[in-house]
Amino acid sequence: MTATIPSPRSGQPGSGRIDPKYRRTGSSKGNFEMFAWLFMRLSGVVLVVLIFGHLFVNLLVGEGIHAIDFGFVAGKWADPFWQIWDLAMLWLAMLHGTNGVRTIINDYAEKDATRMWLKIVLYAATIVIVVLGTLVIFTFNPCPVVNGVPLPGSFCPA
Amino acid sequence: MPTKPAGTLYRGREGMWSWVGHRITGVVIFFFLLVHVLDTSLVRVSPEAYNAVIGTYQNPLMALGETGLVAAIVFHAFNGLRIIAVDFWKQGAKYQRQMLWVVLGLWIVTVAAFAIRHLSLAFGGH
Repeated sequence: MTATIPSPRSGQPGSGRIDPKYRRTGSSKGNFEMFAWLFMRLSGVVLVVLIFGHLFVNLLVGEGIHAIDFGFVAGKWADPFWQIWDLAMLWLAMLHGTNGVRTIINDYAEKDATRMWLKIVLYAATIVIVVLGTLVIFTFNPCPVVNGVPLPGSFCPA
Repeated sequence: MPTKPAGTLYRGREGMWSWVGHRITGVVIFFFLLVHVLDTSLVRVSPEAYNAVIGTYQNPLMALGETGLVAAIVFHAFNGLRIIAVDFWKQGAKYQRQMLWVVLGLWIVTVAAFAIRHLSLAFGGH
């Protein structure tokens, strides 16, 4: 006695479409998990470029870590190029990391209530960090006046 | 006690350990990222506050920690590109083991280059 199991891709022979009866999700959750999966791959590629560039410019060029102080950050953020670079890095890395930790919570926290609370804490932390970081990048003044004395940056107006 | 299934394709092999490594490095990087946004935010408080905190990064002991962090980032980056290849390249699943050895080779070279430069800056002063 032999039974033939039909291929899941037999909706239309050769079409490559998956037969509707093999689809795992109903329409209630939409395609969220598929978009999350795709986002991890797309953001991952961009983050490799952004973070390797960040590490190279901040740690390997010139005096490396010795050069990092307020003036170094001010010099970078006086330039919109680095503002956009760091903003993209902040958002993509936080969303990528949050989705990764969400996956780990779903894998290991077995009780519904535990999963819910861990994710509430996670999302709260994400929102705080993303909003804080975005505000810092855009409200930052690279040429502050400290005790009536302007800090001398070569990028500041005299 | 369940007995260990014999000869699974995945368990205990390159596929599983790269997955474990990807998870652990991912979590480490995420928690550093939270702290790093907070310490950088001190530029908005005052130049003195930022310089005081960032100054604590600039000692040899922290340089070792930074090198470890970069090692985690570089593994996560290269193995992430391998995962993308497994998912999108037709031959990806077939060559996932070979790709892991390529990842580890590039990882060692990249981290060694970074460590030599960063640690000589940190330990050597100016």
